[in-house]
Amino acid sequence: MTTKILPGPKGPGLLVKFSTWIGPLPFRQVALLLGVLLVFWFFSANTLQNMQKANLAPGFGFLFQQANFEIGESVVAYQAGDSYGRALLAGLANTGRVALLGCILATVLGVFLGIARLAGNPLLAALIRGYVEILRGTPLLLQLFLWTGLFQSLPAPRNAITVLDLAFLSNRGVFVPSLAIEGFSAIIWLPVLAAVVAATIFGARRLFKGKSFYVTKSAALVTLAVGVTFAILSLLGHPPVVETPERGGFNIRGGWSLTPEFAALLTGLTINASAIISEIVRSGIQSVKSGQWEAARALGLKPGQIMRLVVLPQALRVITPLMTSNYLDLTKNSSLAVAIGFPDIVSVANTTANTTGQVIESITLIMLLYLSINLAVSALMNIYNRKIALKGALSR
Amino acid sequence: MTMLSLQVPPNAVPVKRWKLLSAHPANTAITLLLVALLVWFGLPILRWALLDAVWWGTADDCAAEAAGACWAFVAVKLRFILFAFYPPDLQWRPALAVAATLLLLIVTAQPRFWGRHLVAVWLATLAAAWLLVSGTVIGPPISTNQWGGLPITLFVSIAGLGFAFPIAVVMALARQSRMRIVRSLAVGYIEILRGVPMIVVLYVAMLIVPMALPAGALVDKLLRAQIGITLFASAYLAEIIRAGLQALPAGQTDAASALGLTYWQTARLVILPQALRAVIPAIVNLSVGILLNTSLLAVIGIYDLLNAAKASATDPQWLGYYTEAYILAAAIYFAISFSASRYSLWLERYLRASDQH
Repeated sequence: MTTKILPGPKGPGLLVKFSTWIGPLPFRQVALLLGVLLVFWFFSANTLQNMQKANLAPGFGFLFQQANFEIGESVVAYQAGDSYGRALLAGLANTGRVALLGCILATVLGVFLGIARLAGNPLLAALIRGYVEILRGTPLLLQLFLWTGLFQSLPAPRNAITVLDLAFLSNRGVFVPSLAIEGFSAIIWLPVLAAVVAATIFGARRLFKGKSFYVTKSAALVTLAVGVTFAILSLLGHPPVVETPERGGFNIRGGWSLTPEFAALLTGLTINASAIISEIVRSGIQSVKSGQWEAARALGLKPGQIMRLVVLPQALRVITPLMTSNYLDLTKNSSLAVAIGFPDIVSVANTTANTTGQVIESITLIMLLYLSINLAVSALMNIYNRKIALKGALSR
Repeated sequence: MTMLSLQVPPNAVPVKRWKLLSAHPANTAITLLLVALLVWFGLPILRWALLDAVWWGTADDCAAEAAGACWAFVAVKLRFILFAFYPPDLQWRPALAVAATLLLLIVTAQPRFWGRHLVAVWLATLAAAWLLVSGTVIGPPISTNQWGGLPITLFVSIAGLGFAFPIAVVMALARQSRMRIVRSLAVGYIEILRGVPMIVVLYVAMLIVPMALPAGALVDKLLRAQIGITLFASAYLAEIIRAGLQALPAGQTDAASALGLTYWQTARLVILPQALRAVIPAIVNLSVGILLNTSLLAVIGIYDLLNAAKASATDPQWLGYYTEAYILAAAIYFAISFSASRYSLWLERYLRASDQH
């Protein structure tokens, strides 16, 4: 006897598919959406009317107009007379610079403090605890105000405080040694940057695979890349030189100079975030059950190996998502620059809004910018989390 | 801003604390180094803050050679830092309102007073405080432009959290909903507000809202800022509440529908009470975050505690004693947030203990 396969129903129709997609109460949902759109329409209609009254043309055409304000400092060349678009780009570069440096420095300091707090010296632990409590218990803006005050009350360049004659602290800014390559423009940094990015991606890939924690190998790779680049440059007759700042006349010359505003913002953000990172690192390490330590010890692993091969890979599962949201917080917090006179993207957009009257466009630009950073990072994080999650944990 | 709350697990291995100070040569070295650092950094600070400080007197005393901190400035300017431009002869009003609120906060902190009547008491107190400070009933009326200092910081935070609560509950439930459009709207709302810095939210409230309103309609600046802070806080609160909802076992909803409860009855009587109870410590931490975040009002020119402290040092007679003013403000912020964080740790233990009965 053979079973005959009867032609069954073709599967759910379009309407059924749509109704399962939209869920229960479709008509009320559509009504809600229409209500929300109506509210938006009401506000936009008002806005357009008000803009018309103020003789403002909506749109982003103002980005190409001439901006007549100065920006104190920027990595992207900008001067009064350039377009607003360029001014915003300069602000964006400033935000990027302070956020990137802040994240790196805060991580280094935070990881150090987090581990130091677990090192078993009660005095050290108590001091770090006080540091964390104070920084978490006071507003960041207040800390930034205090740092700004501190950097402004430093002595004049003539009597600048110096650290081993290498770095100078003065009210005109902080001067630290920099690396320069003679006879070449900034373009020479591109291969170095490429090497560093490649090494970072390589390291990140290993982390993404959730295999192990190869800090030392990644660091060695970066060092090697930088070293090879420098060796090639030296062979070509352009050896890299360390340029140290020097006192000269009324100011300090040479080296890498940070304006007091930038220094205050960077210090404030770094110190504030380091307190939170130290807590993240500590709780991450403590979340690894003590049985893991004991088992690793029973296998005869050395303390360094236990940390690197057993504890850190597991702790990273807890640490990484928290760390990411902390980096995002730091980036968002850099918007407080507007209060202490550092020209970040929010500050430049604010000035643009005030001078052109294109308030909505300017604020929309910064919102879109921050939202896209957030979305990009959280999308990456989701991929990462799926890779390293315990396999049983997700399929509930 | 940092709205992150960390649940720190207790130390896994108890250590005999003071023995370690000299247990190992390296440890001894670290201890000695730290003591040296403390002396090196601490002594000048101690001299500045206590030994050389000017406690009483005039600006001339503070300007004297080798004088340390000018606490005399703080003594003179304390009124301004706490109440900013509020008329001095009517200052008892915000003072009374703050005192009543702080008292109510202490009462609220004790779980045995938790209940529906407490919400009513809060609403009544806040309404009374608003009437008192604005001078609606007992004149003369004081416009919000003249409000400032600690009352602003305190009331904007409390009202921000209070008004954010219903929004957050609705958004958290909507985000869990099976209805696609409802869910997408909630996700959009939460992610947009969590994705942008709070300053941007305040700028929207300051600059865009007046343009989006019909011509001639004016909303008070403080109220606009309050709305901005409320919406900002509600997005973070919604995520906390969602965490609480996710922690509930699915059996609770099933049991409720087996009893024939409707969706809203289930939410109100079964799901929310348990979910909220689980996240109360996180909510306390969030309120600290909101309190610290209200300091951003200074950026848009509202005289909250931080801005009043900043402005107090611009008096030509007492010019430039910023550090002292900031230290006072920092001490007030710290006192509130430190006690709140201790309280949240205690509450966590308390709730866990009472769960086991």
